[in-house]
Amino acid sequence: MAKEIEIIMETVTEQIPANSIIDSSLKKKATIEVKDVKVWYDTFNAIKGIDMNIKPNTVTAFIGPSGCGKSTFLRLFNRMNDYVEDFRMEGKIKVNGSNIYKKKVNVEELRKEIGMVFQKPNPFPKSIFDNVAYGLKLQGITDKQLIEELVIDCLKQVALWDEVKDDLKKSAMALSGGQQQRLCIARTLAVQPSIILMDEPTSALDPISTAKVEELIFKLKEKYTIVIVTHNMQQASRISDYTAFFYLGELVEYNKTKTIFTNPEKQQTENYITGRFG
Amino acid sequence: MNSIQKNRIFDQAFKVWGIGCTLFGLILLAVFIGDILIDGIMRIDWDFITDLPSRKAEKSGIYTALMGSIWILLLTTVIAFPVGVAAGVYLEEYGKKNRFSAILEINISNLAGVPSIIYGLLGLEVFVRIMGLGASVLAGSLTLSLLILPIIIVATREAIKSVPKSIKDASYALGASKWQTIWNQVLPASSGGILTGVILALSRAVGETAPLIVVGALAYVPFAPESPMDEFSVLPIQIFNWISRPQHGFIENAAAAIIILLLITFIMNGIAVYFRNKWQKKLK
Repeated sequence: MAKEIEIIMETVTEQIPANSIIDSSLKKKATIEVKDVKVWYDTFNAIKGIDMNIKPNTVTAFIGPSGCGKSTFLRLFNRMNDYVEDFRMEGKIKVNGSNIYKKKVNVEELRKEIGMVFQKPNPFPKSIFDNVAYGLKLQGITDKQLIEELVIDCLKQVALWDEVKDDLKKSAMALSGGQQQRLCIARTLAVQPSIILMDEPTSALDPISTAKVEELIFKLKEKYTIVIVTHNMQQASRISDYTAFFYLGELVEYNKTKTIFTNPEKQQTENYITGRFG
Repeated sequence: MNSIQKNRIFDQAFKVWGIGCTLFGLILLAVFIGDILIDGIMRIDWDFITDLPSRKAEKSGIYTALMGSIWILLLTTVIAFPVGVAAGVYLEEYGKKNRFSAILEINISNLAGVPSIIYGLLGLEVFVRIMGLGASVLAGSLTLSLLILPIIIVATREAIKSVPKSIKDASYALGASKWQTIWNQVLPASSGGILTGVILALSRAVGETAPLIVVGALAYVPFAPESPMDEFSVLPIQIFNWISRPQHGFIENAAAAIIILLLITFIMNGIAVYFRNKWQKKLK
């Protein structure tokens, strides 16, 4: 099985073109700084004061048992919690140096800068092409040729192009789960973000699709800052540069992935990654 | 007899009872339609549809009433569709969940249950008298629009509710504004459900009699309406008028007009079912 996955990974790597249109346009170094952030849902204190700096062009993994606040924390970065009823927050989150929870912040602009991939693949019930083009059309881009070029480029970046190039007009709902998730990543790339948030992006996928997405994340790191929530320890250790362990709304430990998995400072972290609890 | 046998007999008995209950309404409807068909089918021909009303039963046609119904239907659609859908979208997507919205919600459900004659009185006062529209097609359409608005609003909300949250999330995460998300994702994904609701509401409107009588629709108009300000009649009122006549010929006319009216509502309901099925397939 392991060998199989290796072989697949190799083929995936080959499919991803070395340089693409978006490549040259993206030289931004994206950082996230979190200062003393607390979150409540009504009276429930979901996050209890977290400080954290996320470095550009790295993959940072958030791990921790269910309900530890890692998804809530991730969704703070693109303000997706704004729609949750009774959501309340304190503290500062700076993306590229500016506080995203200031009153004047344009949330739509922020989300173009920070893309998000969800747990369950959620393509729009539209054609494959329209799924990727959606973000471009939102920005008022009407140049059909440009849209087409960008769509093709994004589909190539996620190694989906060869699989769907003859079916661009077909409904995205007809794709397999793994293909749908890669389409969702392509859709996110089309908006040209500098940061991509991923909320357990492979938890609904089979091992082969998971391997493809992981390989993709590894590639994307060159151009994007990636933050990924995962329940899968092996995944965290395979793909991430930094790992943050959350427990009961607190950041227990945040360090280089290698350190976390080989020589954690806290007993709690060790217990969790060795499977003694959670 | 042990308890297993007893349960089995009870099971069977309930099944038979259930089939009986299901068939009860259907059989009555079938008998009614059969009766109407026997009375009226021979009367239907092209002349019946294109003739103006007359004092002689055999020369009478439904042209003015049919055109009146079509006018009412079109105008009611034009008025009620945008207003109802917009209200539904507001309540579902923009309205905050507080006491005010709870009261609004309950009242909209209540509105759906208000007897139609009350809407007729409202229409008479507001549209015919205060706004001075007279007993016109427009006054009738506005009245019927009020009548079916709650149905359209409720249908719109249900359809919007069934759009998966994940689709909205995806749209927001790509930098879409609320309106962009509603226009590009929510409305297309719920259009089937909304259309179904609107068509069912309209098929109710086309059969309404009481409110239109109150507003002043006439049992006899010599000409089909040519503008929204003209006076009018509609099929149900024509049917009502014919049934109240003693001559047998008019009874035949009424039966024939009922067949036409039923045909219209069946076709509309058929279209609604078609949209619903298509929509359900798309969302899967």
